[in-house]
Amino acid sequence: MGYSAFRILKEAITGHKGWKPVWHKAEPLPEYDIVIVGGGGHGLATAHYLASKFDQKRIAVLEKGWIGGGNVGRNTTIIRSNYMLHENEAFYEFSLKLWEGLEQDVNYNAMVSQRGVLNLYHTDPQRDAYIRRGNAMLLNGADAQLLTAEGVRKMYPFLNFDDARFPIRGGLLQPRGGTVRHDAVAWGYAHAADKRGVDIIENCEVTGFDIKEGRCHGVQTTRGRIGAKKVGVAVAGNSGRVMAMAGMRLPIESHVLQAFVSEGLKPLLDGVITYGAGHFYVSQSDKGGLVFGGDIDGYNSYAQRGNLPVVEDVCEGGMSVMPMIGKARMLRMWGGIMDMSMDGSPIIDKTHIDGLYFNGGWCYGGFKATPASGYSFAHLLATDSYHETAKAYRLDRFARGYMIDEKGQGAQPNLH
Amino acid sequence: MIIHHPLLGPRDASEFVYLGDASLMNRPNPKSETAADDFYSYQYLRDNPMGEHRELWYHEQGDRSWLVVTRNTLTHDITKVELARDVARAQK
Repeated sequence: MGYSAFRILKEAITGHKGWKPVWHKAEPLPEYDIVIVGGGGHGLATAHYLASKFDQKRIAVLEKGWIGGGNVGRNTTIIRSNYMLHENEAFYEFSLKLWEGLEQDVNYNAMVSQRGVLNLYHTDPQRDAYIRRGNAMLLNGADAQLLTAEGVRKMYPFLNFDDARFPIRGGLLQPRGGTVRHDAVAWGYAHAADKRGVDIIENCEVTGFDIKEGRCHGVQTTRGRIGAKKVGVAVAGNSGRVMAMAGMRLPIESHVLQAFVSEGLKPLLDGVITYGAGHFYVSQSDKGGLVFGGDIDGYNSYAQRGNLPVVEDVCEGGMSVMPMIGKARMLRMWGGIMDMSMDGSPIIDKTHIDGLYFNGGWCYGGFKATPASGYSFAHLLATDSYHETAKAYRLDRFARGYMIDEKGQGAQPNLH
Repeated sequence: MIIHHPLLGPRDASEFVYLGDASLMNRPNPKSETAADDFYSYQYLRDNPMGEHRELWYHEQGDRSWLVVTRNTLTHDITKVELARDVARAQK
């Protein structure tokens, strides 16, 4: 039975005894058509679209921990499509369109809230760069509005407009951007995939690939061997480690990114704000906590926790743009592991091993990409051809010299 | 994280800039026949291990020396710190 207003009413008057687990705890079968390694947002989305849009059967998702325990539950829940380069913008706009229809598609309330994402600018050159980016967004069918300082002041009068060093001169607003309840994204995709017969197998860590004569025939796991015609790996954060089991080295370093939440406050911030003079972004959750973050720590790490200098740096950014944040206490902080790629853009591609496909390198932009990543990866797995918005995300683009470097930083992962 | 600088003693990691895997010290031979592939691997591909990792840190807020730090990427424990120039000379 699906979810609906009628169902909630029925359960309310019958004592809420009819709710069932959102997905089944599946036991692994010896053989599948397609095995997805990684039960995060991207892996579950891939399984959902494989089953619902590409008519694939006999699919399993293998997760080493539990659904929702990785980066899909550790991010700052922001969705947006405000990129400049065409290779990225078309893809992220496709993703934003999928977000807009997500809840009906998976029949699950993911609290998609298009509350607007505002990037502040503080100098004339930065304004010019934002105009250019806004035009690139419009050309790709996204929405963008340039605001003056007065326009920003009407939305958020409490910001630090007249700072001597970094006065707020205006902002680039994407009204269709916003936030999504991140756990519900994992649960919603798991629910929808499970209903179409996908086996979601938790506590099942992949320990090796069965590769013979250049072809992948399945995976070895902590719950035994599982055969597969095709294996798709979507384990961002651990991509380097997992693909090393297939003998591959990747253009990726794993880095830790921290996120923070304040104590619960009364409603004060109804959108998403990003600071243009430092790295700081903030929104307010429905529980009242300010959810915010900043830079990655900047060194290779698999630790899922960071260090204090970055905490200080992020809080300084917050104090600089939004001084009243200093009255709130920080409640929690945590870390997630990012696949930082060599050009700051992701990879969705086949590998040199037949039947082995790779999805990773999401840097810290993976959450907003979840639907399009799943759709494009499903497209690749099902048809062996690239989705039109994900054609550029090739593994060999570094060797060919076709980097997608949004910031122009070069091959230095901790600068993206 | 505290990095025990061989010359300056314990220093906070925030005084340093991080470059990456210490294998970046070993530039490929540009005259080799496989130079194009070698430089691609050198520039873009990484081992990215979970566990012990030898990496380059630059003491920008200090004596501006390059260090080779051996650090565990899972626990952040640092087990060895050497001056990069000593490592480079020992390799010759």
